[in-house]
Amino acid sequence: MPDERKKILEVQHLKQYFNVGKKDEVRAVDDVSFDIYEGETFGLVGESGSGKTTTGRSIIHLYEPTDGTIIFNGKDVSKLHTKKEMHEFRREIQMIFQDPYASLNPRMKVKDIVAEGIDIHGLAKDDADRTKQVEDLLETVGLNKDHSSRYPHEFSGGQRQRIGIARALAVEPRFIIADEPISALDVSIQAQVVNLMKELQVKQNLTYLFIAHDLSMVKYISDRIGVMHYGKILEIGPADEVYNHPLHAYTKSLISAVPVPDPEFERNRKQVAYDESREKDDKKRRMVEIAPGHFVRASEDEVAMYTQRAIDAGLVTEFSE
Amino acid sequence: MENPENVIEVRNLEIDFHTYAGEVKAIRDVSFDLRKGETLAIVGESGSGKSVTTRSLMGLLAPNAEIKKGSIMFHGEDIIKKSEKDMQHIRGKDIAMIFQDPMTSLDPTMRIGMQIAEPLMKHKGLKKKEAVAQALEMLKLVGITDPEARINDYPYQFSGGMRQRIVIAIALVCYPEVLIADEPTTALDVTIQAQILDLMKDLQNRIDTSIIFITHDLGVVAGMADRVAVMYAGKIVEYGTVDEIFFNPQHPYTWGLLNSMPTLDTASGSLRAIPGTPPDLLDPPTGDAFAARSDYAMKIDTEKQPPFFKVSDTHYAATWLLHPDAPKVTPPAEIVRRQKKFAEMQKPEAPFAHTASKE
Repeated sequence: MPDERKKILEVQHLKQYFNVGKKDEVRAVDDVSFDIYEGETFGLVGESGSGKTTTGRSIIHLYEPTDGTIIFNGKDVSKLHTKKEMHEFRREIQMIFQDPYASLNPRMKVKDIVAEGIDIHGLAKDDADRTKQVEDLLETVGLNKDHSSRYPHEFSGGQRQRIGIARALAVEPRFIIADEPISALDVSIQAQVVNLMKELQVKQNLTYLFIAHDLSMVKYISDRIGVMHYGKILEIGPADEVYNHPLHAYTKSLISAVPVPDPEFERNRKQVAYDESREKDDKKRRMVEIAPGHFVRASEDEVAMYTQRAIDAGLVTEFSE
Repeated sequence: MENPENVIEVRNLEIDFHTYAGEVKAIRDVSFDLRKGETLAIVGESGSGKSVTTRSLMGLLAPNAEIKKGSIMFHGEDIIKKSEKDMQHIRGKDIAMIFQDPMTSLDPTMRIGMQIAEPLMKHKGLKKKEAVAQALEMLKLVGITDPEARINDYPYQFSGGMRQRIVIAIALVCYPEVLIADEPTTALDVTIQAQILDLMKDLQNRIDTSIIFITHDLGVVAGMADRVAVMYAGKIVEYGTVDEIFFNPQHPYTWGLLNSMPTLDTASGSLRAIPGTPPDLLDPPTGDAFAARSDYAMKIDTEKQPPFFKVSDTHYAATWLLHPDAPKVTPPAEIVRRQKKFAEMQKPEAPFAHTASKE
């Protein structure tokens, strides 16, 4: 059971508001809670503006959360006061960004980009050790050690994303937040990068928070998926279950919109429309475990409906409740 | 025109780019037809030449590009030979284009009503009042809610999906014969993408436009295209009906593309990535450009460019695997699965005839 595994990250009632108290207050993340277990990949999906990227940035403490707690490896992140504690936290969590063109400094050589974390955290004994570490990292991500003295513009998009991954790995992190790491890449290269990430996960026992809008790829790489909409998580569950038997109407609509590379399927596509007004009534909603490990944001009077859906989908038997 | 059903005939097109590093051979002998009312999808990786090909149809190539060879016939005339002044009459009126990024293809300082009315005033000589009235109709057609109130808004007041609807309204307001859509939904969310694609199909039926749809998203191609051309390293390597390309692909590159996408029933395990990267077109390889990345490459693939081999009347592929003397190979499992489906569809009374018509 997943519950017996160690939680590496616990996000509890996270709220991230911008322009608080002003007319244009934005509730980018509004009461979001989820856990990530060590060694798993948690996929966070949603449309633009759903708050998925903000959630990732709040976790790594690029923003000061408005409310809520983030517990990483048993420690409350907002209570890391000393510089040393923050330093250690930032070593253990690393980030991979969407745009491989914008996230690498064009004036720095690849070896200095990759070694920046090594330098900051003092992880190299001397210059020779630094060079050795960089070359090993480049090899790990499928690049060549000769690449270390080149500049980012000499690389293709897929190669740049590999450099970004090498940079993240340089400080031996335990947890990586990957924010749309493959959306800017070509289909054939996407598969290369995803395969590389999966391979590294096993080798280095990494935990991933994989943020993306491409549901088919998220389903493929993730163990569990959380679906975000308007700053709230609406559904969390095992990846296959959420994808094949979505319980929340929004998840259904999102999945029905994913284009499938099969003309026959596409000719018979039935898109499910989503009525978002339901989310905006003033009912009190919380995450309810409808099937084992499968949560849906529901009000008290909706629980029966979701449970029935789960029974119809064969996720639970009537007697288990 | 060779075939009266064709709207555009591209023949033996070769385009080079002059760069500091040398001549980049971006388009290497490309030929294709666009038929009346159809949607032709051109798929390929970045750098495969799909965007350059379509830009040449609009006369919008960068100044360092040179058309070395070939012709682009439209209404019996060669577009390549036309002056910039003549092209200005064709662009937007007969051939219109939608770009990927709806944020940058609108003028941020101009009210959207005027942006839609502008082509009508320029190409059809309409007075401003009439043109704006037609722009309003167009806004309704592309599904902008409350168009009367919004016609005087500026682009920044719209969301990405709404902006792309406005871009489509501008492109279609003169009822062009040909619409070139270059990754029109790549920047949009899936739910918005589905709406825009439905809108494009609906409008195509209403005004009988032929569409060239450029994308790297095979899911979108499966839903939009009647015919598909697969481009690799500046060449078309395979073309056929949408069912032929998705269910009976022949070129190892097409196999690789279809294989590298997770489908609904892809189990975990490794995705089948295509190894390596596309070749440098400063010095294109002799022979089949995909050979270096292909598990199915033979000796001749590195020596001689494969010609197009006929698979059916509508389906051709440039791979030596189709040569009668080539050894029989077994494609990847996913492709075999697709080919089985194709064989079933081919049986009499299978719903295959479906692809021929739009409905």
